[in-house]
Amino acid sequence: MSKRTDISSIMVIGSGPIVIGQACEFDYSGTQACRVLRAEGYRVILVNSNPATIMTDPEFADATYVEPITPGIVEQIIAKERPDALLPTLGGQTALNTAVALHEAGVLERYGVELIGADIDAIQAGENRELFKRIVAKVAEEHGLNAESARSAICHTIDECLAAAADLGYPVVVRPSFTMGGAGSGFAYDEADLRRIAGAGLDASPTTEVLLEESILGWKEYELEVMRDRADNVVIVCSIENIDPMGVHTGDSVTVAPAMTLTDREYQNMRDVAIAVIREVGVDTGGCNIQFAVDPRTGRMIVIEMNPRVSRSSALASKATGFPIAKIAAKLAVGYTLDQIPNDITRETPASFEPSLDYVVVKVPRFAFDKFPGADQTLTTHMKSVGEAMAIGRSFPEALQKALRSLEKKGSSFSWTGDPGGKDELLAACRKPHDGRLRTMQQAIRAGATLEELYEATSVDPWFLDQLLFIDEEARALAEGELGAEALLRAKRNGFSDAQIAEIRGLPEPGVRELRHRLGVRPVYNTVDTCAAEFAAKTPYLYSTYDEETEVPGGDRPKVIILGSGPNRIGQGIEFDYACVHASFELAAAGYETVMVNCNPETVSTDYDTSDRLYFEPLTLEDVLEVVHAEQQAGPVAGVIVQLGGQTPLGLAQALKDAGVPVVGTSPESIHLAEERGAFGRVLAEAGLPAPRHGTAVTVAEARVIADEIGYPVLVRPSYVLGGAGMAIVYDEGTLDAYMERAGAASDHPVLVDKFLDEAIEIDVDALFDGEELYLGGVMEHIEEAGIHSGDSACALPPITLGGFDIKRIRAATEAIARGVGVRGLLNVQYAMSANILYVLEANPRASRTVPFVSKATAVPLAKAAARVMMGETIAALRAEGMLPATGDGGTLPLDAPIAVKEAVLPFNRFRGVDIVLGPEMRSTGEVMGIDEVFGTAYAKSQSASYGSLPTKGRAFVSVANRDKRAMIFPVKALADLGFEILATEGTAEVLRRNGVHAKIVRKQSDGVGTDGEPTIVTRILDGEVDLIVNTPFGSPGQSGPRLDGYEIRTAAVLRGIPCVTTVQGLGAAVQGIQAVAAGSVGVRSLQEHAQRLRG
Amino acid sequence: MTLATTGSAVLVLEDGRVFHGAAYGAEGETFGEMVFNTGMTGYQETLTDPSYHRQIVAMTAPHIGNTGVNDEDPESSRVWVAGYVVRQLARVPSNWRSRRSLDEELRRQGVVGIAMPGTRALTRHLRERGAMRAGVFTAPTAPVEELVERVLASPSMIGADLAKQVSTAEPYVVPARGDKRFTVAAVDLGIKAMTPRLLAERGCEVHVLPAGATAADILALDPDGVFLSNGPGDPATADYAVEALTGVLEAGRPVFGICFGNQILGRALGLGTYKLRYGHRGVNQPVQDRRTGKVDISAHNHGFAVDAPVDGPFDTPYGRAEVSHVNLNDGCVEGLRLLDRPAFSVQYHPEAAAGPHDAAGLFDEFCALMARPDTKKGGTRV
Repeated sequence: MSKRTDISSIMVIGSGPIVIGQACEFDYSGTQACRVLRAEGYRVILVNSNPATIMTDPEFADATYVEPITPGIVEQIIAKERPDALLPTLGGQTALNTAVALHEAGVLERYGVELIGADIDAIQAGENRELFKRIVAKVAEEHGLNAESARSAICHTIDECLAAAADLGYPVVVRPSFTMGGAGSGFAYDEADLRRIAGAGLDASPTTEVLLEESILGWKEYELEVMRDRADNVVIVCSIENIDPMGVHTGDSVTVAPAMTLTDREYQNMRDVAIAVIREVGVDTGGCNIQFAVDPRTGRMIVIEMNPRVSRSSALASKATGFPIAKIAAKLAVGYTLDQIPNDITRETPASFEPSLDYVVVKVPRFAFDKFPGADQTLTTHMKSVGEAMAIGRSFPEALQKALRSLEKKGSSFSWTGDPGGKDELLAACRKPHDGRLRTMQQAIRAGATLEELYEATSVDPWFLDQLLFIDEEARALAEGELGAEALLRAKRNGFSDAQIAEIRGLPEPGVRELRHRLGVRPVYNTVDTCAAEFAAKTPYLYSTYDEETEVPGGDRPKVIILGSGPNRIGQGIEFDYACVHASFELAAAGYETVMVNCNPETVSTDYDTSDRLYFEPLTLEDVLEVVHAEQQAGPVAGVIVQLGGQTPLGLAQALKDAGVPVVGTSPESIHLAEERGAFGRVLAEAGLPAPRHGTAVTVAEARVIADEIGYPVLVRPSYVLGGAGMAIVYDEGTLDAYMERAGAASDHPVLVDKFLDEAIEIDVDALFDGEELYLGGVMEHIEEAGIHSGDSACALPPITLGGFDIKRIRAATEAIARGVGVRGLLNVQYAMSANILYVLEANPRASRTVPFVSKATAVPLAKAAARVMMGETIAALRAEGMLPATGDGGTLPLDAPIAVKEAVLPFNRFRGVDIVLGPEMRSTGEVMGIDEVFGTAYAKSQSASYGSLPTKGRAFVSVANRDKRAMIFPVKALADLGFEILATEGTAEVLRRNGVHAKIVRKQSDGVGTDGEPTIVTRILDGEVDLIVNTPFGSPGQSGPRLDGYEIRTAAVLRGIPCVTTVQGLGAAVQGIQAVAAGSVGVRSLQEHAQRLRG
Repeated sequence: MTLATTGSAVLVLEDGRVFHGAAYGAEGETFGEMVFNTGMTGYQETLTDPSYHRQIVAMTAPHIGNTGVNDEDPESSRVWVAGYVVRQLARVPSNWRSRRSLDEELRRQGVVGIAMPGTRALTRHLRERGAMRAGVFTAPTAPVEELVERVLASPSMIGADLAKQVSTAEPYVVPARGDKRFTVAAVDLGIKAMTPRLLAERGCEVHVLPAGATAADILALDPDGVFLSNGPGDPATADYAVEALTGVLEAGRPVFGICFGNQILGRALGLGTYKLRYGHRGVNQPVQDRRTGKVDISAHNHGFAVDAPVDGPFDTPYGRAEVSHVNLNDGCVEGLRLLDRPAFSVQYHPEAAAGPHDAAGLFDEFCALMARPDTKKGGTRV
């Protein structure tokens, strides 16, 4: 058995935009798959709507379609490309669901496309709860294994419920059958609860039926990552244990690999069950993930579920072990067996083995609740985190503490200063799973909580609790006695950072570092080698620890160290990883040895294949300085790149330079010029560029004076912000006062007050500057008006309403800023065009979120070019070698260039109760690109890729603010002409009628149900009677009446998944999109075809 | 870079390398062959595996003792390792079956332990320089040079005849579970409890015999099959076992050997054995069945291996034989099979404990062999 030669072309489906629960781990897996399949000589056809991915780089596939992942579009691509096979297991649930839909629609059969790496029956067996339960029971019986599914009973009366609960034991989970969104579910802890919850549940259920299930809350939770080949060889790649017991989604749990609290008998039973289940389910080749719950009192084991595909956990397992699951899965899918595939890391042993770890891996989630005020912050089985960090250490305390500081979020690390608070309050807080619960537990320990008390409150395994107690004891020991080599070494071995040691000893952090270096206490770097040092590792994938021997290989080639962007968060995600990976590829090609530093396990940058060396390390100053030191010891370091990983590495620039580290590209001093407001103001003044009027206020009175002077509306924000955190647009004095009071309470930093340019066109520019020449990468025009964070706004490239003269002005302004700041590399500038004046809003001397979008829309690898410029190359030279076009740039695209639309994807469906209106604070998690000949089609594609296809017929509901009424008439008329039935609230309907658009009046929510039982608009939306919603917000937050009406309308839209337009500009775009779809003009074209036209 | 480290205990290798750490378990000193085990679970089974007799075992997994010690998982009646090297010892064991901590258990059984940061450095050292003698001193009073001298004075594993030291003194019987199908004579060269249990589950009444059992002793039971267990020491020294096996082979009874048993079969077939540089000890080794191409992930614990031609069948005094299994990591011989007589053996551990159960089917194969008409007791003799 070997590689299949009966197929020659394979389609790979990606996972689309980054959303909560489906993030860049699928770029990692998809990129690996594409690389493998191409290396094996197959023609690869890729579909993914997410332009920020590495996998959609044109060189990773033969035909790359950045198109919506809908069955209809994918069918068009299949019809055009005629692939022999489809590999759907590397693009998350999106790809798997699309494959099932294509199968069910008969598309695969019609075009003779074979599904590889997955089997429809196996997918269904894995997803159908009843079927899966039967499989578990069967394998347990046949193999004599300890495995069950959660016990349950279906009941139709209260008496049946009581009897069942007596059998199952309290607490029981009550789930009414066939209610919307699980309404009426709950935990019954006793008979009274049960009578209440099941009583209501029976009433709510249309079939008067409830399912009672035994509760496994508080049980230990484990996962195994399994691989199987077509010869039925099976290996377990990794075991993962959740520190948070059952009840918290594994994506939101702190997890550790390998499992720490299993005996061999228990582990082998789990392993046997996993293997028997995947055989029975029929996963013939590839990776899958299977989850278990274990009762800590009896060892009883329940099989929770399995995913017959690569998952977030398998990305984590790959990074944790050095066993590249997605890559191997792709090879297995084309016919190889595990023993035929070499282990990349040892190169001598085969992939048919199970990795052995001599270190501990801890993953911690990163949340963004601060962006979603009003959202329930309790962690449940519904995933809420937006990113994660992973750390490796030689012990659990070391790995855990490294992981916590990798989060780069204030208050994440354990701390021993200040009053921890009362023990009882802290223990009470620990009962409810929340972001940072381990730290709350650590504070409870400081306040005197015992292991037993913590166990009672959290059900976290006592072994982990003891580790927390141990860390606390070590911190106390560290506080006393001499801070010598012995004490420092001991602290370092337990993961204490210099900052923590400094805090505990009341010293400055640099002082601790200096002392440590003087005493020779430095980390060594161990290799992630898959085999616990049994064989020599050939791939330098390293982590720091305070062991005895360092394994950093020496070498003479000059090295470039690239600092990554850390855990994904809103405002800093995959786009920055993209830029880092590009720099690595390009600089390796240019003859450098590339060294990547990052701690995000989901990314391509942390694939050991991406750079010559990989350091899986936190991106704090301490950790980065140690990596630089270790690399300098091992050979020459040509430079450190801080410009590509977003704000995280940029924030380290000055301190690195001060420590003598060669920071390349834009100098830290220049970065400061762009980031510090006063300095940047001077740069603008010198260049004669206008900025909105502004001032800085500490008190309410000061803010009022400034606002009066520059005039409302004003944009207010804390003086140093990321992703627009804490920004607001204020229209009147009352709101300003309230904002200032909140801001004053939140921080000591002054508040920036800017004139807000109402109704301005916002423009985003990415450019490259080498000191002489400016290369305008792309000019993007926002579709929404200014005031909506650029990350959340849809935008078009080339700009759809700007003329050649405007672009000229933009180019001149950008060049003046680049020169004035002293940029060497990438620069992103945001402008607002208002009353024909081009205002400069801000400039970021780094790779921006839009770099991958611009690169794909214009077929120019901007990040690669930037890396070369940072290393001293000129734009002229890059033009000469063909990396950049010989003439022209992103500002001079031909008139027939395709239009690319970027649309942001927002996580509102995860945070029920949060208003979906866009504002100056960024809240999107990801983005998609729609690309086509004309704007309407491109926009329609972007919508269909992000939120679901725009409707082409049906009912549209319109309710807009007064200021939008004039602008709404024309597009709504167009909707009516397209055949939409128009519903509107009274005021809006009046305006429409006067303009000849027949609009039916519907009741607002605040009107209540009519006398004849006429439903309100919210009810009609919930009942699925509306196909498109246009609702622009008015009033201020917190007010009742219209504002609240809008909020309830938008919430209902999210619940039902109905397209909801919240700006009048968005409405115009949507109408163009609907017209394009209705005209049937949506075709597909690969990036390679677009590039052919753009670059010839 | 060598860093100072807390703790007063030392691990001293015969080539002079010294590791510092903290003492746990029993106090005192101990000597043995220094080996490492890469299993991430199953320390309790490892500790009680008689094959580790006279070896100081270092675990590469950093946290050991997490699930404590229970009364069900030991593979024999006592801890056999000469010393136990871990990186970090659990203070609070956590498992519903746990009865006591690992520290208490080692103390109780008088086994010396050291917890030290340098377990990876030690593993790398052994990987590069090979297994060697070592000593653990929980409270060293002499200078290092003297400790090295004492390590060098301790006996070597090469030429060590240890099976008799760990074997049962008296024969005993493990009754079949359910209906008895076969009588198996199992020669205890260091047998693990899981082996007779797995045989018993398949209907075998297992007569466990001391290592010194002769062919006559074995055949006196009139067994349906003969099993040769795993065990410690240098197979080149176990002439008595080879002699006994020769008698069994001549009698044509089905034979199954594991680990040491594989080496004894090899020797009985006229093959040599040799010492591996650092051995295989762990639960993740890929072994390929050369007939089917199928790969089992298997438990290993061997420092010696059989030297046999892997490229095809070869002749032996008992007809043709072949290498049935090989290790995919290093190509080492992992199984032998006689083609003309009912005898086979594997170098690894189908009984697992600790380790994966992938190869448990070999016990079924043994039963099938015993049930085959041509090899069945009273059936056609060769």
